[in-house]
Amino acid sequence: MGQMGKSTSLNHNDMKKSKRREKHYWEEWVGRIYTSICVVLLLVVIVSIVFFVSSKGLATFFENGVSLKEFFTGRTWNPDESFGALPFITGSFAVTLLAALIAGPLGLCAALFMTEILPGRGKRILQPAVELLSGIPSVVYGFIGLSVIVPFIRDYIGGQGFGILAGCLVLSIMILPTITSIMADALASLPGGLRESSLALGATRWQTISRVVIPTVLPALLTGVVLGMARAFGEALAVQMVIGNAPHVPGSLTESAATLTSTITLSMGNTAMGSVHNNALWSMALVLLLMTFVFVILVRLLERRNRI
Amino acid sequence: MKKKLPFMLTILALMLTLAACGSNNDASGTGGSSEAGGETESKLSGSVLAVGSTAMQPLVEQVGQKFMADDKYKEVTVQVQGGGSGTGLTQVSEGQSDIGNSDVFGEEKLDADKAKELVDHQVAVVAMTAVVNPGVSVDDLTKEQLVDIFTGKVTNWKDLGGEDQKIVIVNRPASSGTRATFEKFALGESKLADLEGSIQEDSSGTVRKLVAETPGAIGYLALSYLDDSVKTVKYAGVEATVENVEKGEYPVWAYQHMYTKGEPSETVKAFLDYMLSPEVQESDVVELGYIPVSGMQVTRDAEGNVTQK
Amino acid sequence: MMIKKAKRADKIATIVICFFAMLIVAILVGLLGFIIVRGLGHINWHFLTSAPQMIRGGGGIGPQLFNSVFLLILTLIITVPLGWGGGIYMAEYAKPGKITNVIRLVVEVLSSFPSIVIGLFGLLVLVNAFGLGFSLLAGAMALAVFNLPLMVRTTEQAFRAVPKEQKEAGYALGLSKWKIITSILLPVALPSLITGTILASGRIFGEAAALMFTAGMSSPPLDFTDWNPLSSRSPINPLRPAETLAVHIWKVNSEGLAPDAKEIAAGASAVLVILILCFNLGARWLGRVAYRKFTAAKRID
Repeated sequence: MGQMGKSTSLNHNDMKKSKRREKHYWEEWVGRIYTSICVVLLLVVIVSIVFFVSSKGLATFFENGVSLKEFFTGRTWNPDESFGALPFITGSFAVTLLAALIAGPLGLCAALFMTEILPGRGKRILQPAVELLSGIPSVVYGFIGLSVIVPFIRDYIGGQGFGILAGCLVLSIMILPTITSIMADALASLPGGLRESSLALGATRWQTISRVVIPTVLPALLTGVVLGMARAFGEALAVQMVIGNAPHVPGSLTESAATLTSTITLSMGNTAMGSVHNNALWSMALVLLLMTFVFVILVRLLERRNRI
Repeated sequence: MKKKLPFMLTILALMLTLAACGSNNDASGTGGSSEAGGETESKLSGSVLAVGSTAMQPLVEQVGQKFMADDKYKEVTVQVQGGGSGTGLTQVSEGQSDIGNSDVFGEEKLDADKAKELVDHQVAVVAMTAVVNPGVSVDDLTKEQLVDIFTGKVTNWKDLGGEDQKIVIVNRPASSGTRATFEKFALGESKLADLEGSIQEDSSGTVRKLVAETPGAIGYLALSYLDDSVKTVKYAGVEATVENVEKGEYPVWAYQHMYTKGEPSETVKAFLDYMLSPEVQESDVVELGYIPVSGMQVTRDAEGNVTQK
Repeated sequence: MMIKKAKRADKIATIVICFFAMLIVAILVGLLGFIIVRGLGHINWHFLTSAPQMIRGGGGIGPQLFNSVFLLILTLIITVPLGWGGGIYMAEYAKPGKITNVIRLVVEVLSSFPSIVIGLFGLLVLVNAFGLGFSLLAGAMALAVFNLPLMVRTTEQAFRAVPKEQKEAGYALGLSKWKIITSILLPVALPSLITGTILASGRIFGEAAALMFTAGMSSPPLDFTDWNPLSSRSPINPLRPAETLAVHIWKVNSEGLAPDAKEIAAGASAVLVILILCFNLGARWLGRVAYRKFTAAKRID
């Protein structure tokens, strides 16, 4: 179809010059308006998400009179009188950070393997593996966590099996593909000359990696970790299934705990819209939303460092 | 390639019209049901939308299918959706659905004035019982012992006559209707604080799985979810059986409610009547592990006062 | 001495890195093996086509499978024109500046929103305020929200990857910009667009958190002989509630009363994972085919 359009416009070159210009003009505007509408729609979507979630989430504080201090520092969640969301906030941060601590180094190893150690074959084995790993749905991860990881922790480590440990293990496998692929891209984008000159100076491969390669692309590597954390922070179902969901700041990693997302998943359907309990859940959603912005800003800052 | 744009625009327009049609359809669907019901007496038509409690969903879905298969109601469509009791009550009170399924009284979830607009239809009774891991030897717990367990005063089964094993509580989230019923009627204390280290799951299937797999676990389940993987515990010597519930001797039970906003339209009423008809109450309700309302010798109001029928 | 030490460090590091890389492969093989081996035994024609059973055994996943595919199609109908349009704007029309930066930020934020937040937004706005109810359309729109930024990004990258000379040739011919985009750039970018779109679809297929609150968790009986999109039992009615495969796995495991709930969940998980594998491989294959076709067409030209 493309070729046809091309040839016709060529043939009528001088005969219908004015008509063509008109068509030209019209086409130009159609394209411009159509693509602009698409972009404006994106803006509308994000503005309405932020607006609706905030209007619900802020109602807890303005209409129901729950104080900000209570919400963010209160340790008791008893949705009739006290709305302390601290246990969920700490739970979310704990699983996210631990998952990043596990998946970060693992992802780095995988990325180094793909780009530095066995560039050709390593990539052919690991790349599809990583992509497939990223395709497994979170529900499936949750059930594997529930049927493999939780009993394993219960039998060999102790406790009930549920808790932060199970949650962060499941999450670390989930975010591994994100981290690995971003890190691999960053390492691959490094100009080859840098590596070769280091090797030519007599440095071993590990010296090159640890003193030249990693320091140069560190911000980009961290970007991968931050994006992985953003995904971990917002993951709901897989975490909910393995964390145990007790609304308390846990004393140990193998004690039942809860995250923001797990609490929302559990209670949203059971509470009526407009009730204080329901609004408090929306406030948690608002916290999730704000954290997304924080993660994006972090990524931006890292990218800026990367450019310099 | 030029043709692509109009094509895309057409699709877009189509989506928009579909969306518009959708909202129109919905409005006329619910409104139409009452009109249609008024015109023809022999054949009802229209649609019934029931939203709410996920625990009630299998029952209402099954009855809905039976209802639609009935010759008299061939023109009626019944749609049943989960989403939770809170969602059901919200949607029925805002007029988005015809029926709100709930496993608690509407007064417990909604504001008083909103709850007042709703009409309660109690369609079945569900009884709950404490269950323990099969490895636990205790088989009878009194109210006080249960309270001690769920408030954390007793943390080891040996204090209750069992072996030396830590008690693991599998509770439900504070928003759960099952938990509200269990606390109110088994423990006699509503709104208990959550214990540190207790596991919380909302769905009965998961609770059953956890109690069955976790050594020393205790939880509570509706009778319909019981199977051999967990061990039921008597409540102060009384077994959770249908007869005991009907006689009012076993107190841990609750109604399954189907709320309508105001009096139901004719089509909706036909469905609710069908729900309460003997052919449903004696077959589907029993089959799914519920207790028919008709067999109950006691009734209970929203405050929990029990009266003999 | 120093060199010896460095060499030893190098060896150790290499071994550690290789070990962890292999560990990842092992995890993947273990995961896939676990899911597929556990589920494969339950997959048969009856399981894939029959309706689910609530309390009796022997239920299937037929409607769920159909819903998943249909929801995917609906979502793509929404996101492909919008996402490609947005991507084209970013690649061809946007001028570097504040506004473009803001749009880029929006795309980035939108793609990292937690799916549960999108689900809640869908519940509040699409399901309740727009009165769509729990429906395929509400679900598709919620999924479009995540899918759009991905689509915009892949489209932008695909268009930017087109060699500059091709575009300049178009200008030299005196074509309008839109004409250049649709008849020169689009065919070249198409292979990577297709691959990107299919890969993004994999994510839609496995999504559950956002759908629980929008497309609902019930599957009303479907009449596969009724193809009138307005009839409530028709499988292609976009306003009926629909439970997808991923949501079904969640529901069967949590509320399943059927005696074979475990087997159903295992079977459904295997089906889901196999489908996503097919998506992944299919995307690559299709991308390659489209690429070959395009280059072949050029040679004839």
